[in-house]
Amino acid sequence: MSHPLVVTLDRKSAPRTIFSGDRLVEVDLPPGTRCIYPKAPIAPLKDVEAAIRYALNHPYDSEPLHAKLRPGMKVVIGIDDISLPLPPMRRPDVRERVLTVVLQTLADHGVDDVTLIIATSVHRRMTGEEIRHIVGDRIYNGYYPDRLYNHDAEDLKNMVEIGTTDHGEVVELNRKAVESDLLIYVNLNLVPMDGGHKSVAVGFCGYKSLKAHHNPQTMRKCHSYMDPKSSALATSVERMGKLANKKLNVFTIETTINNRMFDRPLEFLHKNEDDLSGMERAGLKALTMTLAKVPQAARQAIFQKVPSPYGVTGVFAGSTEAVHEHTLARCYEQYLVPIKGQADILVTGVPYISPYNVNSFLNPLLVQVMVNGYLFNMYKGVPLLKKGGTMIVTHPCTDMFDKEHHAPYIEFVHNLLPETRDALELHKRYEEKFASNPAYIQAYRTGHAYHPAHPFFMWYWGEAGRQHTGRVIVVGADNEYIPKLMGWETARSMNEALEMAKDTAPPSPDIVLMHMPPIVMAEVTA
Amino acid sequence: MAASYFDVDGTLIRTNLVHPTLWYLMHQRTPMRSLQKLARAAWKTPQMIWAEMQDRRMFNEILFSSYEGISHDRLMILADDAFNDIMKKALYPHAKDLISRSRDEGHDVVLVSGALDFLMTRLADHLGATHVIANRLEIKDGYATGRLLRPVVAGPEKARLIRDHARERGHNLDDCFAYSDSYSDVPMLSVVGHPAAVNPDSKLERLARTYGWPVLTLDKSVN
Repeated sequence: MSHPLVVTLDRKSAPRTIFSGDRLVEVDLPPGTRCIYPKAPIAPLKDVEAAIRYALNHPYDSEPLHAKLRPGMKVVIGIDDISLPLPPMRRPDVRERVLTVVLQTLADHGVDDVTLIIATSVHRRMTGEEIRHIVGDRIYNGYYPDRLYNHDAEDLKNMVEIGTTDHGEVVELNRKAVESDLLIYVNLNLVPMDGGHKSVAVGFCGYKSLKAHHNPQTMRKCHSYMDPKSSALATSVERMGKLANKKLNVFTIETTINNRMFDRPLEFLHKNEDDLSGMERAGLKALTMTLAKVPQAARQAIFQKVPSPYGVTGVFAGSTEAVHEHTLARCYEQYLVPIKGQADILVTGVPYISPYNVNSFLNPLLVQVMVNGYLFNMYKGVPLLKKGGTMIVTHPCTDMFDKEHHAPYIEFVHNLLPETRDALELHKRYEEKFASNPAYIQAYRTGHAYHPAHPFFMWYWGEAGRQHTGRVIVVGADNEYIPKLMGWETARSMNEALEMAKDTAPPSPDIVLMHMPPIVMAEVTA
Repeated sequence: MAASYFDVDGTLIRTNLVHPTLWYLMHQRTPMRSLQKLARAAWKTPQMIWAEMQDRRMFNEILFSSYEGISHDRLMILADDAFNDIMKKALYPHAKDLISRSRDEGHDVVLVSGALDFLMTRLADHLGATHVIANRLEIKDGYATGRLLRPVVAGPEKARLIRDHARERGHNLDDCFAYSDSYSDVPMLSVVGHPAAVNPDSKLERLARTYGWPVLTLDKSVN
């Protein structure tokens, strides 16, 4: 008996509506196709402030926060950047709520040397307004910009090496964080690959440390990113984080949220199309038609300008590893849907957003990250797709980039990918030089561009998926060039794509649709 | 090895060619002489405005004619003060970072400017740049004639000078970088493999966005 959220289609089933970038498309899938739907949002905490206070006073494997404080000490608070959650959370963001309690506790104990740093690693700098969204007006007005700012991984005089792991991984972190008496990290854990040691060891590091694990060899050994125990990336980060925790006094605060990504008017996007009421069906049709007609900027506004009404489901504090165990359990509780048997053909819509394009456009390299990186990796256990199987995805693959945020991506996609798609070769021949390009570094440091190493990391992010997947077929691409550059095939319709996929699939292939967003993860048993 | 070619005025510093010129005119032997020089320069202002709209090179030639009659000794003796008073204070805070990054990459760092060479060499020393391509005053019998020696560094000529420099130094232009704030420097930006617009004017910004050149924002507040 399969899980109720794994729905097997029959002849009477309604067409499925899935994302194709910032549009919705209806697809007809053959009877027998199994569709995995996200779980309903789990109930949020009734009193978040009380939960925060309880967590700080009853931490896991640590003294309470107040016991760690003494007047005059230097405290740095690290905060997750805007890549979490997706889309951004409706105000007040849970980080604001945690920070409010933490800052009050610090003030009550005579700690006034407090600096808040957004742990961006090599992500783009957040704008003042984005920071305000996360921390709220009061904290923003009180601390920004002198005591609340973005981490700068290329401010080399303010980066410091604290040691090397027994695997030779150099741990270089933000000097202010290293030289603090207490480093408090306030996380928002959207998916299981977030948080834990990643918060400090990645959020506050620079290129020197990142290249230890953000490389094709390590990425190939991740099965999956969402299962830290089976991810070489998570294992490497853990080694580095353990070293950091040995040298630094770290107090971790992690928070989890439910998957309530869409608010009331769009709530039907969570649901099985066969279970929609008449009103909801009409609403879905109207939304699909509207998105098909309005220009791209309006579509981006419809989805990205409206923050999500996530509910807070957990607040945990204490030592990094003990806290993260609880966080992971709560994440899995929200996302995991058990399914038996792998797919020969995995179908999924590619939505408009990734962690790297908040307030900008999902460019071709990020579409690749979504397909080969995130969507492929949304499993625990064995991969949802059989080795050598086919992924069918829906996305226009438009050749468009945010010229500010993704400036280095443009050169990567248009100059380097035509040379080679081989991650090992890109790594060997181009990465080092590209990552030290002075113009891109300056754009990262004083503008809002991603670090020049980032497009390489994005390509490597797809490496495990690329190695595993036999073919990727894109439905609805508005050009041939980008899919070809990614190594993908194109089809004009879902039917055509399925016919193409059947050429290399066994007779009566097992077809599975991952119906997301909202986020769902498959717990797969072979 | 590659080179990074930097326009200066508006790209690395807030001032332009007029500021040091005015400084020199105000620091003549006597106040009366300064007044005369300034009055003469003021008289030429409409001509300069017109020239600026037509051709940067013409503008440079008119502007630098104000130096006529100033002794070479005086130009040199006052150069340190002019640099400290006008240029050093006007440097963008991140200009030095950008140049030291380029040096760290092993690049030749070349300042390419319509300003005068004796000021540019001081700026180059201060920033750690390795070469200067700048305008030179013609000196006869120890005095500036008010004319510029050829080639006049401006507009498309900058591109040719960069090509020559790269050829002499054995650089492949595809590996070289160029930085400017002004649309008038598009020729110079176009000859290298890695152009970048720095605090660009609107026309250059549009062009840079179209071609996917990085657009850099350097804090314009001064040190």
